[in-house]
Amino acid sequence: MTTTMTAPIVPNFDTESEGRKLAIICSKGNLDMAYPGLILGNAALGEGIETHLFFTFWGFDMITKSRMDHLQFSPAGNTAMHIPGGDMHIPQAIMPAPGMTAMATHMLKKSIADLGVPEVPDFLDQIVAAGGHLWGCRMSADMNKLGLGDLRDDVEGIISATDFIELTEGAQLLFI
Amino acid sequence: MPVVEMIGKPIHINEEGFLTEYNEWDPAIGKVLAEQIGVEMTDEHWKIINFLREDFKTEGETATSRRVQTVGGVPVKIQFELFPKKPAKKMAYIAGLPKPKGCV
Repeated sequence: MTTTMTAPIVPNFDTESEGRKLAIICSKGNLDMAYPGLILGNAALGEGIETHLFFTFWGFDMITKSRMDHLQFSPAGNTAMHIPGGDMHIPQAIMPAPGMTAMATHMLKKSIADLGVPEVPDFLDQIVAAGGHLWGCRMSADMNKLGLGDLRDDVEGIISATDFIELTEGAQLLFI
Repeated sequence: MPVVEMIGKPIHINEEGFLTEYNEWDPAIGKVLAEQIGVEMTDEHWKIINFLREDFKTEGETATSRRVQTVGGVPVKIQFELFPKKPAKKMAYIAGLPKPKGCV
């Protein structure tokens, strides 16, 4: 260990991410696929990056009041499902069995909670508290016959694809 | 690891400027660190810093913003007001702790 005194090193917290902007398109309504966008958006906000989340197609469920508490996870079609704690695959043939989605959803929710990660609505609360912006997709709203009143109160608007393109000028983009 | 002098004491830091020795920190050092990144400390700021110091002692890692809210009792929105832009990193820096490792 050196004892030579060096000049102080001061991190440049305030300017290093200036002007950086991130847009995340959340297009999935399965519980497992709701999380990547939330985790990355939350991380970006914590780095001082302007962050927009755009909810479209099945991802619309994440911000729809009557549905956002009931996202589910199905192991059907997911060949990366393993016996808990092991590498062995669970046979796909048993995945559509009655009760499987409920059981898998329960297990996934528990694993997520054990890590101290919030449920989806609570996570979106945190993202908005951190300065994140939530947007609903116009076409998804029309298809589902839903209006702004059916969505979380902190959704800033239902916007068209063109609006979104304008809004995200210069942003880095993630499609999930 | 570089060693710098703060208020007359030798302090070990890493290449980003974060303190590396838990016991070299005291509130006077915390105040110097806060000044260096432009944060003026109030009781509200200290409440969080004290929580981080205590929590690190038992958990062995730096609390994330989420944990400062759920366990420390300070909402994320307030954290962003007190330590603008990068609250988790700024809080850890002032508390003389490593950057938080947790994703959420």
